[in-house]
Amino acid sequence: MSLLSVRDLSVKFAMRDNTVTALNQISFDLAKGERLGIVGESGAGKSITGFALMNLLSRPGFVDSGKILFQGDDIAQMSDAQMRRIRGNQMAMIFQDPMVTLNPVLTIGQQMVETLMAHRKLSKSEAEQIAIVKLREVYIPSPAERLNQYPHELSGGMRQRIIIAIALLLDPQLIIADEPTTALDVTIQADIMELLLELCETNKVGLILITHDLGVVSQMTERTLVMYAGRIIEAGRTREIINDPQHPYTQGLINALPQQTAPGQRLKQIPGNMPSLTAIPNGCPFSPRCEYVQDHCRTEAPKTVQYTHVEVACHEVHRLHSDKAEEMNR
Amino acid sequence: MFAYLVKRVFQAIAVMFVISLIGFAIQDNLGDPLRELVGQSVSEEVRQELRDELGLNDSFVTQYLRFAGNALQGDLGTSYFFKEPALDVILKKLPATMELVFGATIIIVGLSIPVGVYTAIYPNTILSRLVMGISIIGISVPVFLTAILMIFVFSVEYGWFPSYGRGDVVHVFGPWETNFATVDGWMHILLPSIALASIMLPLFVRLIRAEMMEVLQSEYVKYAKAKGIRPWRIYFVHALKNTLLPVITVGGVQIGTMVAYTILTETVFQWPGMGFMFLEAVNRVDTPLIVAYLIVVGFIFVVTNTIVDLIYGLVNPTVNLARMGA
Repeated sequence: MSLLSVRDLSVKFAMRDNTVTALNQISFDLAKGERLGIVGESGAGKSITGFALMNLLSRPGFVDSGKILFQGDDIAQMSDAQMRRIRGNQMAMIFQDPMVTLNPVLTIGQQMVETLMAHRKLSKSEAEQIAIVKLREVYIPSPAERLNQYPHELSGGMRQRIIIAIALLLDPQLIIADEPTTALDVTIQADIMELLLELCETNKVGLILITHDLGVVSQMTERTLVMYAGRIIEAGRTREIINDPQHPYTQGLINALPQQTAPGQRLKQIPGNMPSLTAIPNGCPFSPRCEYVQDHCRTEAPKTVQYTHVEVACHEVHRLHSDKAEEMNR
Repeated sequence: MFAYLVKRVFQAIAVMFVISLIGFAIQDNLGDPLRELVGQSVSEEVRQELRDELGLNDSFVTQYLRFAGNALQGDLGTSYFFKEPALDVILKKLPATMELVFGATIIIVGLSIPVGVYTAIYPNTILSRLVMGISIIGISVPVFLTAILMIFVFSVEYGWFPSYGRGDVVHVFGPWETNFATVDGWMHILLPSIALASIMLPLFVRLIRAEMMEVLQSEYVKYAKAKGIRPWRIYFVHALKNTLLPVITVGGVQIGTMVAYTILTETVFQWPGMGFMFLEAVNRVDTPLIVAYLIVVGFIFVVTNTIVDLIYGLVNPTVNLARMGA
């Protein structure tokens, strides 16, 4: 049985007089200890997926239909009290910006101890001992002294390490990391990612890494989902998606990487913008920006099909592939 | 910390200087002390002589320096009416006013926090909407009207509470007599305290509600939820502590303002405090008493604000008082 199994999950936002669909029937699985990347542009629904998994969608967002099976139980159906016992305990989350994630008026120690005591019967000093061990695991120097410090006394990188330590406090099955390094200095980003990878591997923790950085995904994860306009448009093993992307959008993303362009050349960007959630085009949502677009792309939504080694939602994927083969033969 | 304290004290002195200047300017321009002292039967020459003797013909600066020098030694002039040092008159009335302010503060703090938090957590319940509606009325209706209405309903119609005075007070020490030692004292202070709280309470409920709603949207509250923290702890530890930081600052200013509001409340309830005394002093054109009142109230204002700023620095870990002193 997989650790997490998402089936046809739809998330909607209730607006004044209608609802908009933020996630459109997404499905994926995560095995125990597996690391999964979710990539896409801003607004693709990556973060919403993360918060839906934690049952933490803030109003007006809500799960409209579908199932989120975590160790066999449907999170979408759980009561607040049941969900509280899972959050931070079996399923932890690392937020985007460590500068605003920790509470400014509580010490690091208080914020770690309360997390332990919310889930386990421990004395304060026992909880502090566990906190110190975990701080040491994320390479925080002199961890015992950190417990009495306030967040503003620590750097952003240090704070994100502490947040990772908090995520690991209760030995969870799954960590959801929502762009954990976007707000950090470039020099620290690699350190944090390396740390996260190391800790997930040694502790056999499942990881869902939400990012827009394909480079990070290729280093960190075993499988990848590519999202566009609230849909999963391509899913498969990370190596195969990076080396041989099938969906025109994924191809565009990879071609847009700076490494794909000679120095001094313009980056190859995908023309146009991601549609707003209130104005998703009919048919394939990517059709207005797609260079391989056909008439039926604009009217019919593509089904997800198994193609070569990945699952992809594109009408033209067969033709695309033969074109490419031709190109190579020439 | 010490450096900050010194800096803050210097600021307080500067403010007191300005207040004393205003107070003196009023004394200098309001009424003729000679008329109060000698009446109409004295000739103009004698008046001039007396003026010279009293130093009333000296320059403004000389007169101000004399006034300030006396004030520093605790001499704020002599009340025309009581024929006593003005400061003594005020200090005798001060405990009654302070007890009233204390009563109102207890009501405000005790009610505004739970009500503000409730209306922030459940903004859409009927109770919340009702509270918000009533709070608008509370802010809009002037204190004297609230006070008169309360006397009409609870003293005249139902006769539950006395309508004026302090009732049975128990002597503590010096001029301080307390209302809080006897049942009769409690009965007497209840209505005036509620009347005095009637404007500040809704203001604080609304302030706490607005701050709390903002804090509840913050990332760290969302993060606390993601850690599986129990709701009551999120509300009362994570959110409330951050909510109260700005409220403390506003609260400090409002305590001073409340001392000023006592003028109305004390007058309606015939409360023998310094607010009631001030209004009587105005009626009697008792200029030294008026000026002394201004300076004492200004002093209370400055002291409470300084204390509140220090408390804020102690409560908020991101404020470094040591650095602010530099």
